[in-house]
Amino acid sequence: MAHRSLPTIRSIGASAIDNVMRLGYATRFIGLTIAHSGTSFARPGLIIRELYFTGVLSLIIILVSGLFVGMVLGLQGYQTLTTYGSESALGVLVALSLVRELGPVVAALLFASRAGSAMTAEIGLMKATEQLSAMEMMAVDPIARVVAPRFWAGVISMPLLAAMFSAMGIFGGYIVGVVLIGVDEGSFWSQMQSAVDVREDVVNGVIKSFVFGVAITWISLFEGYDAPPTAEGVSGATTRTVVTSSLAVLGLDFILTSFMFRGI
Amino acid sequence: MVTLPISFRIRTLFQAATDVVASEFFIEIKDVNFAYGRRPILTGINMTIPRGMVVAIMGISGSGKTTLLRLIGGVLKPTSGEIWIDGECTSALDQAGIYRLRRRMGMLFQFGALFTDLSVFDNVAFQMREHTELPESMIRDLVMMKLHAVGLRGAHKLMPAELSGGMARRVALARAIALDPLIMMYDEPFTGLDPISLGVIANLVRQLNDTLGTTSLVVTHDVQEALNVVDYVYYLADGKMKAHGTPETMRADKDPLVHQFVYGEAEGPVAYQYPGKDYGEELKLGKRCEASPPGGRREASPAGGRHGA
Amino acid sequence: MGRSMLDLWVGIFVVAGVAALVILAFKVGNMSSLGSGETYEINANFDNIGGLKPRASIKSAGVVVGRVKSISFNNERFMAKVTMDIDAGYKFPKDTTASILTSGLLGEQYVGLDGGGDDQILKGGDTLRLTQSAVVLEKLISQFLFDKAAEGAPAK
Repeated sequence: MAHRSLPTIRSIGASAIDNVMRLGYATRFIGLTIAHSGTSFARPGLIIRELYFTGVLSLIIILVSGLFVGMVLGLQGYQTLTTYGSESALGVLVALSLVRELGPVVAALLFASRAGSAMTAEIGLMKATEQLSAMEMMAVDPIARVVAPRFWAGVISMPLLAAMFSAMGIFGGYIVGVVLIGVDEGSFWSQMQSAVDVREDVVNGVIKSFVFGVAITWISLFEGYDAPPTAEGVSGATTRTVVTSSLAVLGLDFILTSFMFRGI
Repeated sequence: MVTLPISFRIRTLFQAATDVVASEFFIEIKDVNFAYGRRPILTGINMTIPRGMVVAIMGISGSGKTTLLRLIGGVLKPTSGEIWIDGECTSALDQAGIYRLRRRMGMLFQFGALFTDLSVFDNVAFQMREHTELPESMIRDLVMMKLHAVGLRGAHKLMPAELSGGMARRVALARAIALDPLIMMYDEPFTGLDPISLGVIANLVRQLNDTLGTTSLVVTHDVQEALNVVDYVYYLADGKMKAHGTPETMRADKDPLVHQFVYGEAEGPVAYQYPGKDYGEELKLGKRCEASPPGGRREASPAGGRHGA
Repeated sequence: MGRSMLDLWVGIFVVAGVAALVILAFKVGNMSSLGSGETYEINANFDNIGGLKPRASIKSAGVVVGRVKSISFNNERFMAKVTMDIDAGYKFPKDTTASILTSGLLGEQYVGLDGGGDDQILKGGDTLRLTQSAVVLEKLISQFLFDKAAEGAPAK
């Protein structure tokens, strides 16, 4: 006699297997994308066009958010540091938080919601309106022509956006700390300079944002390409992109941080 | 009737260049079966299509017509059987071979499937820019010629979002014939168009076929329009080839299935009601009521009436 | 969006991004660990290195002159062997003392070098003879208690 909970267990098992299969398909998909990147590099105009849509159009949100995050760091940091009499370390606090963690991670989350979901929706709609099939029938490989340029554009944009986020954040911290509150300008910059190490902090931050860029772009493009060709399908895919990308970024952040910053 | 300019009546550069030495160019489908997983979609399909003919593939929704088009276009591979196009067996082709084959095919999708981020001009120029090394000035002339043939030369700057359904489909047609294909495939070209656009498209199908010397396959369930335009008809039902012949033969066919389809009758071998429970049982009246005729209502108790007798 | 406008904006974007990276690298951070120059190796043995880690700084008179390359345990003498990379521009005499100091009260530990008066200069691969180990808190406390006890006893 089958137990009452058997259908539930069966469905959990089935969805687990489905997800593993989907992951396999996604891996094959990204492999194909990278393998078919020849067209993208032979015609850089394709990548440049996508750089506009993923990178340039994300600039406003990245710069403004960076500024605000930096300003908040300046405010909050000052509050806490004053209790230990270490206001002069404000520059260190702001710079290290941004360069090591907040810059790559927050910029990645914003990128996923703005550019990632846009890519998913665009490709999903192209699939639903048979544009991808039309391209196939015209003997043009849609992966080489549509997917690969977007992938490289995303991978290039992400580190640049994260760096701009951090830079704006430090500027925001400077505005709040030095200009508004009155922390000493000299010690703000000099302590920051001595505490932030290029190889340890800046380069690690860049590596992180590069990894995030690959993950987010991969997820966005795959969800779009695999979306059911209906309205609900595309909307579901867009939501999944944002959720999965965000979780992936946070998870990868933990893994990367534990590799990079142990024993410091 | 639309008359196409002289330029179309001469076999164009492309066709001459890609012309294969094979003397008889035709499509041959031999004993093709196709199943999606365990569900059979097409069974035992046999067709031969000589060069230059306009052939209609007709059937009700879900009979496998679009699948057949996809098989010919190489998007799907038959589970068994062979498809021969111009002396080449498509199952034996690798990806590069299939792409090579597709460059000689043009396909018109049901709703056009224009690239929404490109203008009308760029859409038509797409294949030329992707597959040829022609200079922009020549591409411009060719695009204008194609657009003129479908009557939309003046619309070349518009974006697909600004086009009506009929216009979009005509642009898609211009795009499909951009490289003067040897086979043209039309997936439901008449669906959802107003009578004028319908007439225009039907004319274009015929004219382009005759002037370009292509072989055209039209998948449709628009019987009247199709029978006026095509040379031969294949009728599919349940994934099998039920009948084929010239339009006259089809009109005169006494087979009830074909007759129901050609004359659009509500009742016939294709049942009206979707299979389900007995009507009386559904209304909880017991088996007293028989399945009702279409739309008809017997003097049964009002809906929600008493249970059983 | 015309083709050239698009290219312009993408160009601006890439330039801004690279500029941000450059600012972070040069103005915000310091390049010291990128090893901008030649170094030579010096070894030193300590009884206790405390909390010294590889890549810790080596300072003389408070100025950073090098980095700790590696730390290993000398099983014969039961001492810690610290290998240091000193910038080639700085020369130290053979009787230099190396001590392990703490920056601030509870900060990270570094190696401090005090130059001696010897004429001979250290070469790559040399070992320092004079070293002073790190201050271990427990020993300091027990020393303090011992002193206190010794103070109290004779007074009775």
